[in-house]
Amino acid sequence: MSAVKGDVGGVVGRGPRELAADPSLDVGRIRADFPVLRRTVAGGKRLVYLDNAATSQKPHQVLDAMDTVYREHNANIHRGVYEMSEVTTALFEGARGRVAAFINAPHSREVIFCRNATEGINLVAYAWGRDNVKRGDRLIVSILEHHSNFVPWQQLAAEAGAELVVIDIDEGGRLRRDQFEAEVAKGARLVAITHTSNGLGTVNPVKELTAIAKAAGATVLIDAAQAVPHTAVDVQDIGCDFLAFSGHKMLAPPGSGALWGRTEILERMRPFLYGGDMISRVAVDTTTWNELPWKFEAGTSAYVDAIGLGAAVDYLTAVGMERVHAHELELVAYVLPRLLEIPGIVVYGPHTLEARVGVISFGLEGIHPHDVATIFDREGVCVRAGHHCNQPLMTRLGCVATTRASFYLYNTIEECDVLLGAVAKAQRIFA
Amino acid sequence: MDDLYRDYILDHYKNPRNAGELPGATHRYHDTNPLCGDEITMMLKVNDASVVEDVRFIGRGCAISQASTSILTEEVKGRTLDELRVLDRDHVLGNLGIPISPARIKCALLGLKALKGSAWGLTAWPGEEEPGSR
Repeated sequence: MSAVKGDVGGVVGRGPRELAADPSLDVGRIRADFPVLRRTVAGGKRLVYLDNAATSQKPHQVLDAMDTVYREHNANIHRGVYEMSEVTTALFEGARGRVAAFINAPHSREVIFCRNATEGINLVAYAWGRDNVKRGDRLIVSILEHHSNFVPWQQLAAEAGAELVVIDIDEGGRLRRDQFEAEVAKGARLVAITHTSNGLGTVNPVKELTAIAKAAGATVLIDAAQAVPHTAVDVQDIGCDFLAFSGHKMLAPPGSGALWGRTEILERMRPFLYGGDMISRVAVDTTTWNELPWKFEAGTSAYVDAIGLGAAVDYLTAVGMERVHAHELELVAYVLPRLLEIPGIVVYGPHTLEARVGVISFGLEGIHPHDVATIFDREGVCVRAGHHCNQPLMTRLGCVATTRASFYLYNTIEECDVLLGAVAKAQRIFA
Repeated sequence: MDDLYRDYILDHYKNPRNAGELPGATHRYHDTNPLCGDEITMMLKVNDASVVEDVRFIGRGCAISQASTSILTEEVKGRTLDELRVLDRDHVLGNLGIPISPARIKCALLGLKALKGSAWGLTAWPGEEEPGSR
């Protein structure tokens, strides 16, 4: 039952730090780190992976870090008093320290490992929401929300008799600031807003929105699933109360992710899941909870995945998040004007480089997005077609689906050309 | 690749047969494919002898779903409801004559699902209610 206490961010496993010596964003060099990018698809075509908003590929540094745990150290964390368990525990808690540093959390105890952003948001909806949202309260979200930051609040509002208020976007795909301010001024128990839209690539001014919401007394949750992988995110700078993100979109394995929350709020919350590891003492009739963050980590955590997330953080830190973001914007700067020149295309969301990431959602006149994606598939181009877990947004845009290309640090200008060629091919077929 | 979007598929997509409202329809069923957001409303006009005198559909969605439905409706008119039972999953996929990836199979089958829904009130995906056919 001996948990490792406090920050142990200095514990480093094998492998993850290898890249630290070379901080430049050399795309060729970065691509060499990703084994899957060497494969071909569609009968010999080069893989052009442009579905990074859905999930990212993994560098060998992350794969190696996880493989090393399984091959050399594996033992359950927080329990064993033997060497292997202590090593694995130290790697796990070390990963927590690295994730905390990555988002500039004041304390690593405020970082709760969870499966993904969805689970982190649900944790707040259950463990905070049920005790803090009352009849008549107002919960404010936006039309840009992924279902994971929409449905939990919609359902909580229905259960509690609270009101769900949805902030609209303007024609450029930007959150309507005037409406946000007006609605917050009417009162808000919670503001749950996405940092970066997975459907349109819009980056919200979360620091300013948070300041407005906090001034009105609201608790603020930021869905950073599309932000932490692509831009530098600093929870203290934003000033929010909760921030959730997924590991699998940022080079780490699925099953890894984190919720950050303020100590004083987390301390007052009841647990989300009950079971092993989250308790301090269990008697027949009462239980006291473990301290943060373990109070919220019932059962055996996906500790190897969390260690993989730590390695991914090391990788991204070594490259530099400013460089990652700048690289993605370079790709957008190349491909967006060329897309906009194509007759019969509709590009949803921002048409400028300002406050956006490398997500481009579009429609081709007369061609269903799934037909577009199928034609792209035959060219080796992987994109997402569908509603992107954004059905309220799709309804708002007046479409059922879009085709979405989303970039990451390993994508190239040449791949943008393949994308443009695939668009031309789809239009030729359906001409 | 262009196998998938052969000319006759594109032709049925752009010029769907038996498309539009069917006045006097005796059977009507609406269904959707949540993956693509495809929608089909199938309408039949069936006489007292159980013969389908007319068929129409209203749909929107991807080329595969709309073309597959259009092709299917060409086989319906003049047959009895009972005779329509031969129109199963394999028949529809055979009509298309092209490889359909697992992700798109529901696009291809939506029209048949709507036909079965209108004719007999069946609501399962074609193939899933037919043992051994998957």
